[in-house]
Parts: sequence; C-alpha cells; structure tokens
Amino acid sequence: MPKGIVVVDKERCKGCGLCIEACPFGVLGFSSEYNSSGYQVVYMEHPDKCTGCAICANVCPDVALEVYRQEPAKEAA
Amino acid sequence: MSVEVAIPEGYVKIFSKPRALSDAKYTYCPGCHHGIITRLVAEAIDELGILERTVGIAPVGCAVFLDRFFNCDFVQAAHGRACAVATGIKRARPDLVVFTYQGDGDLAAIGTAETIHAANRGENITVIFVNNGIYGMTGGEMAPTTLPGQRTTTTPLGREPRLHGFPLKISEMLAQLDGPAYITRQAVFDYKHIVRAKQAILKAFRNQLEGKGFSLVEILSTCPTNWRMSPADAGRWVAEEVVKTYPLGDLKDVG
Amino acid sequence: MSRVLMRGNEAIAEAAIRSGLKCYFCYPITPQGELVEYMAKELPKRGGVFLQAESEVAAINMVYGAAAAGVRTMTSSSSPGISLKQEGISYIAMARLPCVIVNMMRGGPGLGNIAPAQGDYFQATKGGGHGDYHLIVLAPSTVPEAAELVRLAFELSDKYRVPAMILADGMIGQMMEPVELPEPVDPKDIPERPWAVTGAKGRPRNVISSFDLEPEGLREMNLVLQDTYREIERSEVRWEEVETEDAEILLVAYGTMGRIAKTVVRLAREEGLKTGLLRPITLWPFPYEPIRKLAERVKTVLTVELSAGQMWEDVRLAVEGRAETPFYGELGGVVPSPKRILEEVRKYVG
Repeated sequence: MPKGIVVVDKERCKGCGLCIEACPFGVLGFSSEYNSSGYQVVYMEHPDKCTGCAICANVCPDVALEVYRQEPAKEAA
Repeated sequence: MSVEVAIPEGYVKIFSKPRALSDAKYTYCPGCHHGIITRLVAEAIDELGILERTVGIAPVGCAVFLDRFFNCDFVQAAHGRACAVATGIKRARPDLVVFTYQGDGDLAAIGTAETIHAANRGENITVIFVNNGIYGMTGGEMAPTTLPGQRTTTTPLGREPRLHGFPLKISEMLAQLDGPAYITRQAVFDYKHIVRAKQAILKAFRNQLEGKGFSLVEILSTCPTNWRMSPADAGRWVAEEVVKTYPLGDLKDVG
Repeated sequence: MSRVLMRGNEAIAEAAIRSGLKCYFCYPITPQGELVEYMAKELPKRGGVFLQAESEVAAINMVYGAAAAGVRTMTSSSSPGISLKQEGISYIAMARLPCVIVNMMRGGPGLGNIAPAQGDYFQATKGGGHGDYHLIVLAPSTVPEAAELVRLAFELSDKYRVPAMILADGMIGQMMEPVELPEPVDPKDIPERPWAVTGAKGRPRNVISSFDLEPEGLREMNLVLQDTYREIERSEVRWEEVETEDAEILLVAYGTMGRIAKTVVRLAREEGLKTGLLRPITLWPFPYEPIRKLAERVKTVLTVELSAGQMWEDVRLAVEGRAETPFYGELGGVVPSPKRILEEVRKYVG
C-alpha cells in the first residue's frame, strides 16, 4: 500500500503541471483525459511512490487536489 | 470534489479545500499564482476561526471575481480604492476583520494614495498585495512594478526606465512610515516559500485581531499568460530574476 | 424643538448628527469648511467617527465602505471636490448604498472661485458620473430648511437605497439664521440593513457590488434601479409655490435664487405685476408636473439661476411650449439683486 493518495478534482484542474513539477517523487503526470473546460488533467502516474507529503496540493493554484496519508499504526494507549 | 473516490481504510485526509473557500472554480489562468495566494488567505481565515466576522474587499483586476471564491461577506471596490473602502468598513464596525486583496496595478498605480494613507494612519486592516509586475486582466500592459527591460503590450521594446520609470517598490516605501505594524514581501514559487507566505498572512491577520494596525503582505506572483511563459518557467523567473528587484523578507515588523 | 441661531454649514452638520450619522469622511474645501470643523469637534464626542481623508476620492470610498457596513454615513464638499467623488458616487448608486453627500456649490468650471453658484445642477441631477443613475437631490433655500432636508435626505436614502445629495451654495452655508433643529433620531427608527456586510453569522453571506460581467445580469441590476427611480418620481417630488393663483408670470428658481426670487415676487406685486414663484425643493425628482400645470395658466415662465441655464432645460421640458420660457442667469459667482431680476420680470408683464 502507498503511503499517500492524491485525489484530483478533474473539473478544477487546469492542467498547468505545477504539481507534476513540484512532486519530489515523480508521482503525478498528465492523463489522457480532458475535462469539460478542455484542460488535460493530472493523475497519479506512479501511485506507489506517493508519500502523502501534500507538496502537490500546496503548489496547486486551483485547489484541485486532496491528499490522504496512511495513518501510522497506533499503539494501544 | 466533483469526483467520488473510494479511499481505503487507514487513510486520513491531510489536505483539502479550506472551509472559507466556496465551491466556485477560480477564474484565474492556468498556473497563475493568484490561486495559491487566494487559498492561503482562506486557510488563514480557517485557522483563526474568523470566517463569520470577516469582510473581504475585492479589487479591479484578475481578482475582480474574488467574492465568488469565498464564503464570507464581500465588497467590490472601485479600481485602487480598496484601502479607502476597508477604512470605511473598519471604522464603522471595528469588530469586523477586514482585508483587501489587490494587484499591483490596483494598489501600486491607481490606488497608491489610498494605500499609503491607510498605511500611514495605521488602519487596523490586512492588505494582501499580489505583485506580478503586469496588468493581467486588461491584456499585459506595463505596471509600475514591471522590471526594466521587461516586454509588455505597452512597452513592446521592453521597459526603459528613463521613459517609463523604475519599478515602484511599494513595500520599501511603506516600511519608511510610522503607521504600519507589519510590511513583508513573500513569494509562492515553491513549497518552502508557500509555507513562509502562509505564516506572513496569518501574522497579518493576527495583527489585526490584536489591534496592532496596518499589515501588508506583498506576494510576488506570476502571469504565465502575459509573460508568455509556461507556469513552471514563470515560477523560476520569479525565483531567479524578480527577487533581485524585489528581495524577499520582512521590511517592517513592530512585533 | 430647540431654536438656535446657526450658520448653514453648522446646522447641516448638527442635523446630520441628530439624524443618526455614524461615520463622516471629508476633505477640506471652501465654502463648506465650517461643516468639516463642526463635525471634527462634535461627532467623536457623540459616538461617531470623524475622519479627514487624503482626497475626495478616498473620502467617498470610505463612505462606500461605511455604507456597505450598514451605518448612516455622509461626506461633504464643494464643486471641484464633488467632481472628484463622481467615480465613487456611481459605484454607490449601482451598489444601492444609502448615504448623504453635501455639495456647497461654488463658481466654476475648473478652480473657479468660492462665491455662490449653481453650475453643478447637471452634475447633481443627471447622474454626474458614468452610467444610468440618479441621486435624490434636495435644494434648501434657507438655513432651517437645510437642517430639515438633511433629515429627509437620510430618510429617503435609506428608504430607496439611493444616495441623496444636499445641493446648496456658500450663501446658504455661511449665513446665520434661527433654526429649529430636528430631535435626535431614535436608533430604532433607522431602517434595518439586512443586506449590509456585518459578518456572515447565522445568515447567508452578503456581497456589495456594482458589477456583473453578463449583459443580462447587468441589465437586471439596471432595471431594478430604474424601477426605483420611477417610484421616487411618483412619490417624492417636493416644491413650494408663492402667489401662483393669479400669476401671469411664473418665476422658477431654487436654493439661493429661490430665496431671492421670493423678494422679487413681493416687489413685483407692490408694482401690481402679477408674479408668482415655483421653487423646486427636490431637483431630482424634478417638479415637471406642477410646472406644466402652472404653464397652462401663465403667459411666461421665467427661469432664474446662478448658471448659464441648466435647470432651464428641465423647465422647458416641463412647459413644452405652453408658455414662453425666457431665462435670466448670472455666472462666475455674481449674485443678482432682486431689483435686477425685477427688471427682467417687467420685460414680460405689466
């Protein structure tokens, strides 16, 4: 299981590619999909590499990304 | 979100759209840093828990639709007049949190007087100043902040300071005044700078809550469309070139 | 009611404070300096905000902000300063914010001089800035009337969400007369402002704007404005008539000239000249109908103004050929004596 998951709001994404550029692990890439505004949207090209650092979402100018991270296993208190 | 994705068990959401932002899609061009800055303001409003007492002032320029993006009360100001409008609101109702969000044409050209005098009075407001060195919405004309040599639609051969003036350093000017509490210049071209810019915006709002007075956060932004660069190249241009004219950091902080 | 001897500018200021004025923004200019100074001294003591702005442009935009925040607010100036405010007034009109603007007119165009003049009639009554809008324009001819009309200006502006203007000149502003000041307004009587930006707590958010990029949307906003103006035209026309019953010549004059014209009527009557006066109190909405009715009975409708004939255009629109419509005006701050105007009257009657 990857440590992180990036969920792309395809309708908000404008395909600017800043997230692809910013991701330290090369997780994201352009998909073959275009949204209703005609923008080529991003997707997790290499989901296994995602650490859930959320740098992609921070640099996204369109608030198009949601990031989930695997919860660290909790010790019983 | 417009897509429903099944998130497996054991994952927690660590990043999503701030509560202060509406569901409306931004009207900014692809890759424009305005979007990041708008989100950072919304995050600051969320973190301080002030959404229900905040009034934003939208400018004229690329952020003219700003009111649609937020969930708080908003006033649309005439070009350059945001600081005067903010003054009127804040003086009428000091319990409100009032912020303006203005570009460099709005704040540093037509609104220079309103900005300087609001700062000089130490008006207890928060000003977000988005500087991308160009008039974006009207088609890429020269702004007072345009760099020497930079080509725009009104300086087709590049800005020649002896003809068109020099880059106007608003934050440096304001920092000379006794009125302001906090003047800082930030950028959002990478994650590290986004985090710093966020802290500056938070501080500018906190200052208002603490009654410290006028706080202005200048943020160097991009205009990939009118700079005729890719979004990534535009960010690099800020990091490598723009910061030489507009160095980052705090210019005034009364603490 | 308390009766006191006051200067016009001060009476306007005091009446505004008694009308629940919360925020006043200004920039100094003659001949309304006493108004600014009175506000500086009195308003903060009585729980209001006085702020001297860096320009007329800033002052009117502060009014825009305070009005958006839902308080009674006002600015005052004189002709060149009012020109600077036009951008803001246009925004205020479209954003449907109530406020009061005082114009103590002076001689123009340009820097002109500080003497009484009425050259801002077009600017005041026809919109003044860009776009299709009106202000409610009230023109006092005495100091007590100025105080009374300030209260009315706040009330009408609140009622219709249309900015209101007091249009007078340095003569009214600086003369002293006994005034019966209005009683301080009960805050409960100031209409609520559910549209104001007060923080979106427990209600949907409010947006104050004069903007819609979609032509259909902007047309809707304009139609709402126009409907409001039609309602104001139906309900709020105010004027005074003096000795019009048997008049053969009707004077039409407002403000300072309306006051002088009253003396002219008395002098003319002493000579047996059947002279009457219609004095518009609201310049917008203009008393077209009362003038039209009188024009059916008189031979002459003589417009007298301290301008080159601005209100004259509205008088002629009202008369529409029913009577002859001569004009007498003075320019540059020259104020004609009643005797001088009487000479004009004699040309048409007797």
